[in-house]
Amino acid sequence: MRVLRRLLLRLGQAVPVILVVAVLAFFLMHLLPGDPAAVIAGPEAGAEAVERIRRQLGLDRSIPEQLMVWLWHLAQGDFGTSIIHNQSVLVALADRMPVTVSLTLVAFAMTIPIGIVLGVAAAKFRNTWVDAAVMFLALVGVSVPGFWIAILSVILFSVTLGWLPASGYVPLSDGIWPWLRALIQPAAMLALFQIGFLARMARSATLDVLDQDYIRTARAKGVSEWRTIAKHAFRNTLIPVVTATGIILSLLMGGSVVIEQVFALPGVGRLIVQAILTRDYPMVQGTLLALAFLFVAINLFVDIIYTWVDPRVRYG
Amino acid sequence: MSAPLLSVRDLTVQFRTDAGWLTAVEQVGFELGAQETLGIVGESGSGKSVTALSILGLHAASTTRIPTGAIAYAGQDLLKLPDRAMRRIRGGEIAMIFQDPMSSLNPVLTVADQISETLMLHQGLDRKTARNRAIGLLDMVRIADAAHRVDAYPHQLSGGMRQRVMIAIAIACRPKLLIADEPTTALDVTIQAQILDLLRELQTELGMSVILISHDLGVIAEFARRVLVMYAGRVVEAAPSRALFRQPMHPYTSGLLAAIPPLNHDVTRLSTIPGSIPDPGRRIPGCRFSPRCTEAQTECREQAPDLVSVGDDHFARCPPRLHRMRPV
Repeated sequence: MRVLRRLLLRLGQAVPVILVVAVLAFFLMHLLPGDPAAVIAGPEAGAEAVERIRRQLGLDRSIPEQLMVWLWHLAQGDFGTSIIHNQSVLVALADRMPVTVSLTLVAFAMTIPIGIVLGVAAAKFRNTWVDAAVMFLALVGVSVPGFWIAILSVILFSVTLGWLPASGYVPLSDGIWPWLRALIQPAAMLALFQIGFLARMARSATLDVLDQDYIRTARAKGVSEWRTIAKHAFRNTLIPVVTATGIILSLLMGGSVVIEQVFALPGVGRLIVQAILTRDYPMVQGTLLALAFLFVAINLFVDIIYTWVDPRVRYG
Repeated sequence: MSAPLLSVRDLTVQFRTDAGWLTAVEQVGFELGAQETLGIVGESGSGKSVTALSILGLHAASTTRIPTGAIAYAGQDLLKLPDRAMRRIRGGEIAMIFQDPMSSLNPVLTVADQISETLMLHQGLDRKTARNRAIGLLDMVRIADAAHRVDAYPHQLSGGMRQRVMIAIAIACRPKLLIADEPTTALDVTIQAQILDLLRELQTELGMSVILISHDLGVIAEFARRVLVMYAGRVVEAAPSRALFRQPMHPYTSGLLAAIPPLNHDVTRLSTIPGSIPDPGRRIPGCRFSPRCTEAQTECREQAPDLVSVGDDHFARCPPRLHRMRPV
């Protein structure tokens, strides 16, 4: 019951967040110099043609007026229509979202187990070569730019060895293996940074927990070293790690913008980059809003996991 | 007395620090018979907890070394026991409870989980039987409504109750020896008395030996038949508690005794021992207590005194007092 109330409360809190994102997205776009009407009309068009297009798109109205119109449509579930492609924003998103979500989830599925295992192992073998190796890898993962290592990876695995495709996306409906084969390289490159981040985080969380009195209690009970870590330390380590997990999922989503460019994946990241370049206002606003929805959903999900991991939250 | 249950001889424990190996406990020795109670008393940093943790081998192996000593228990040296055998002793034969019940229980596991684990581990019980035994144990440590409380998480219990749960975990496998490291220090006074009473009752009921560690000589006197007074890593006096109270043979013991506030008349000033325990990294020539001692003489500052017999089963490390008692 408490859990349900907590979730409803969080859901209620999400509404103003989404609203603020909507308004911010609107103003950010309109702050940018450049004019979509000029883009559509092309470099050869005269001032009159541009003006006509602008009127068609409703861009001749005042900014507050445009904002109100947009919000009013949003409230009715209408995300608007792309002013460049003449396609509904929702349809474009529905088209691209599976690619980005696939990429993010595969990267996430790599990050969480690898990051946690590396971090816990480094803590367990503190000050040994295992620790040093993990921390070195983590440092590389965190400091090397993703796009650069991605290009190197393509040269090695796709060009030289020919093991994996260098670009392109295969939908899940074509089978799980072709889908995974297309995603594994971009997802790994995307995950690299987060694995480094998570490994460091999990290491310090584990070290913290191993210093606690209840770990000494477990040892005094005759519990073996590995069981102490697996049963007594791990659940406690998970508490800060779960918090980080939500952030990681969000960052993976954000990071996919760059990786989609490198591997020519037709995802939301590419969509938003193109939309920004062409000043496609409704598309950018709609995409940002959709991402905000996802982030809120991710955080809600983390909250649910939290209540499961930490009984103090459950009853608190 | 027959062969003692536990015999610690010449135990020295060192920790690795940035400044090299630091001696926390030096040449500590004592014996403990079956069903006996030993009190270890001393200020923070005197080495009493370090001694206790050494018995169960709970120091981190990478930063601790024990250059000399033997801990004989049931015919074996615990210091030489392989890890697997040592784990059977921990929680099974020798159990331990700690100072802070707030942090000594795992916050994400229920009371049932934490008590059952010991039973499942040492007695091979299945989960259900272990849980029922856990309820019985909570009854035994006088937790009301045990059948219900067994599913609680530690944060739902008061400090006193948590310490009772710790005791329940410790006695679960009917250990022969219970080490209680400052079991009442973190609790308020009324609860302290309850916990001490409980420990005493359980000791009789289960026939355990108990090592009670405290900085409070009052608590020790009430509980233990024999007392070990430690200062700066060394035993400075060891005696039956009656003898210790009647005739302390070390000025540090006298200081601790004087620091117990009298209950039968008002005092305006509480007695203290001036100064504080020396930093373990600092080498003090001669008697380690001499910088704080009101009775210190030149010989005290020059030569480290030995622990010598000063009476019936009474040992102390203070030559001036000995000379005063038995002039040469």
